[in-house]
Amino acid sequence: MTLLDIRNLTVTFATRRGAFTAVDGVDVAVDRNEVLAIVGESGSGKSVAMLAAMGLLPKTATVTADRMNFDGLDLMALSADRRRRLAGKDMAMIFQEPMTSLNPCFTVGFQIGETLSAHLGLARKARAARVVELLAEVGIPDPARRARAYPHQLSGGMSQRVMIAMALACRPKLLIADEPTTALDVTIQAQILDLLLRLRRENGMGLVLITHDMGVVAETADRVIVQYAGQQVEASPTRALFADPHHPYTAALLAALPERATERRLPAIPGVVPGQFDRPAGCLFSPRCAFAFSACHRIAPRRAGPELGAALCHTPLAAGVPQPGALQEAGA
Amino acid sequence: MTAALEARGLARDYSVARGAFRRPALVKALAGVSFSLEVGRTLAVVGESGSGKSTLARLLTLIEAPSAGALLIEGEDVAHATPATRRRLRREIQMVFQNPYGSLNPRQTIGKALEEPLLVNTDMNAADRRAASLAIMEKVGLRPEYHHRYPHMFSGGQRQRIAIARAIVLRPKILVLDEPVSALDVSIRAQVLNLLAGLKDEFGLAYVFVSHDLSVVRHIADEVMVIYLGHAVETGSRDAIFHDAQHPYTRALLSATPVADPTARRERILLTGEPPSPIAPPPGCPFHPRCPLVFDRCRVDKPPAETKRGREVACWAVTP
Ligand SMILES: Nc1ncnc2c1ncn2[C@@H]1O[C@H](COP(=O)(O)OP(=O)(O)O)[C@@H](O)[C@H]1O
Ligand SMILES: Nc1ncnc2c1ncn2[C@@H]1O[C@H](COP(=O)(O)OP(=O)(O)O)[C@@H](O)[C@H]1O
Ligand SMILES: [Mg+2]
Ligand SMILES: [Mg+2]
Repeated sequence: MTLLDIRNLTVTFATRRGAFTAVDGVDVAVDRNEVLAIVGESGSGKSVAMLAAMGLLPKTATVTADRMNFDGLDLMALSADRRRRLAGKDMAMIFQEPMTSLNPCFTVGFQIGETLSAHLGLARKARAARVVELLAEVGIPDPARRARAYPHQLSGGMSQRVMIAMALACRPKLLIADEPTTALDVTIQAQILDLLLRLRRENGMGLVLITHDMGVVAETADRVIVQYAGQQVEASPTRALFADPHHPYTAALLAALPERATERRLPAIPGVVPGQFDRPAGCLFSPRCAFAFSACHRIAPRRAGPELGAALCHTPLAAGVPQPGALQEAGA
Repeated sequence: MTAALEARGLARDYSVARGAFRRPALVKALAGVSFSLEVGRTLAVVGESGSGKSTLARLLTLIEAPSAGALLIEGEDVAHATPATRRRLRREIQMVFQNPYGSLNPRQTIGKALEEPLLVNTDMNAADRRAASLAIMEKVGLRPEYHHRYPHMFSGGQRQRIAIARAIVLRPKILVLDEPVSALDVSIRAQVLNLLAGLKDEFGLAYVFVSHDLSVVRHIADEVMVIYLGHAVETGSRDAIFHDAQHPYTRALLSATPVADPTARRERILLTGEPPSPIAPPPGCPFHPRCPLVFDRCRVDKPPAETKRGREVACWAVTP
C-alpha cells in the first residue's frame, strides 16, 4: 500500500482578484523508505500541494482530489480534529526558514517537549530525556546544553536540525521537507541531506523533498515530480528523468543548468512563467517551448503514459525527439 | 599591462557592541586578501555565508575603506589618489547586488533610475540622458515601454536586468557582482548569465563575481578565489580549482556541491561542525577545527598564501 497516495489534486484560492488555481491536477505517490522530489521554479505550487496534503492551508483554499489517502486512511473523510492530530504525528513537515517556525520566546527543548506531550502524552521526566535523545539523533553536539538554548542562539544549520528533531519527535511515517536546505551553505546542506537520508534508512520513513535544486534531486531522490505553473508536467524515476526527460520543460530546465552546459552560452528558456492573469490558452508551457506547434497554443494537452514520464504534452520527447502518438489520440 | 583591479592585503575590521558592560568586539570580516584582475577576465570569489565576500565587494567598489591593505584601480592607488581621480575611479567600478528588490528605489521609474547616475556624474542634457538610458535598456533586453514603469511591476529576473543596466550606464571598466543570480530560478538564471557574458565581451568589462554556487562559478570564471573566515585559502585558474583543488576546504566545498547527474559517483568529504565566529577566530589556520588533514602546526601557525602547484594556497599540508 502506498503511504501517501494523492490523485488529481487541485487547490484554488479565493483572492480579491478572483479565483486562482495554484495547484492543478497533481498526482503524488510516496512509499515507505522512498524519497520523492518535487521540483519546479518558485510559484509552481510545490508548497501549496504539500500543505494541502497536511491540511494546513487557510480557509480561502478549496482543495479537491480524486483520492487523498495516507497510510490507508482517506484524508478527505477525516474530521478536522483527527486530521490535525495526524499532521505533526504520523506525517510531519519542515520548512525552508527554521527561524520563522520556531517560537523565539521558548527554549528549543521546551518546544520539542510540547510536541511530545501534545501527541504522545509523555510525562515531564521522560519528555526531557527524549528531547536530549532527539537532539543527539539529529547530530547536535552537547544536546543537553543546546536544549536550554533559545532559537536566536542557534545558527541556521542548527535551527534546521532542531526543526528536524521536532518533526521526528513522534516517529512520523512520512516527512515532508520543504526546501530544507535552500537557506543553508553547501557544507551544511550536505550534513542536513545526509541526516535526512540516514533517518529515512533507519526509520523506514517516506520522504518528500521539495526543492528547486536539480543537483539535490539527482543526489537524493528515487523519483521526481516536475511542476510548472501549478501543473505536474512530468513524473519519472530520477535516473530516467536525467537521462531522457520527456516533457520539453524538463528537458529545457536540465539544459539550462550551467553544470550541464557544453558551451559558454547557456540554452536559456525564453520568457517567464505565466502569472495568475496571463495564462496562455492550450499548453501553459507553449509560449516558451521549443517544440510547440499550432495545436499546443489552442488545445490543453493530455497526460502521456508512464513510459513517457506521464508528460503533460501533445508530443512528449523520447531521446529528445517529439513523439506524435498522444496528439493523434487527442484528435487534433 | 597594468591590471584593471589589484588588491594587496585588503583587510576590514568591524567593531561590534556586545552590551553595556563589555568592551566592543573586533570582527575580522576580511583578513588580508590579494589578487589581480586583468581586463576582460572574470574572477569568482566563493565562500560560505559570513566568509567576507560582501565585505570584499564593498571595499572594491569604494563603498567602504579598508582597515589595511591597498586597492589599485587601473594602476592607481585609491588611497593616495586626488579627489578628482577618486571620482573618476569610482565611476570605473560599479556594483550589482544579489537582491534586485532592495537595490532599486520603489518610487523611481526605470528610466529615472537609469538616468540618475548620468545626471550626477556627467554633463549630458535631458534628451541625451534619455537616449542613453533607452540604449542601455535595449542592451540588457528590456523593452522601451518599460522606461516609465516602476520596479514592482517587474519579475526578479527583469529587476536584475535593470540593476545591471544601471551599473553599466556610466560605461565602467569593472563590475563587482555580489551573488547576482542567487535569487533567480534556473531558467531566468541562465538568461542573466548569458546577458552578463555578452555585455562583458561587448564592453570589454572585467568582473568580480561573488557567489556561493560552484556550478555557476565553474561556468563563468577565469580565476577563482576561495575564502574562508576572511582568508583567501586558495586562488588559481578555474581548472586548477575545479580539476586539481589542493586546499582541504576547497575540496570539501567541491565535494559538498550537489551535481545534477544521478549516475555520478563521488566521494563526499563531510565537514563536521560549522565555521567559527570571526569574533573569536581559532589560532593558527582558520580552517583547522574542521580540517580532515589537521596536524600540530596548523593549530599554532597561520599558513601564509604561497605559490604551490601552480596556484596560491594557504595550507601547511599542501606540498610544493
Ligand atoms: N494563501 C494563498 N492565497 C493565495 N495565493 C497563494 C496562497 N499561497 C500561495 N499562493 C500562490 O500559489 C502559487 C503557488 O505557491 P507555492 O506553492 O508557494 O509555490 P512554490 O512552493 O512552488 O514556490 C503562487 O502563485 C502563490 O502566490
Ligand atoms: N557592518 C558590519 N558590522 C559588523 N560586522 C559585520 C559588518 N558587515 C559584515 N560583518 C561581519 O563580517 C563577516 C563577513 O560578512 P560578509 O562580508 O557579509 O560575508 P558574506 O558576504 O561572505 O556572507 C560576518 O561575520 C559579518 O557578520
Ligand atoms: Mg515553496
Ligand atoms: Mg554576502
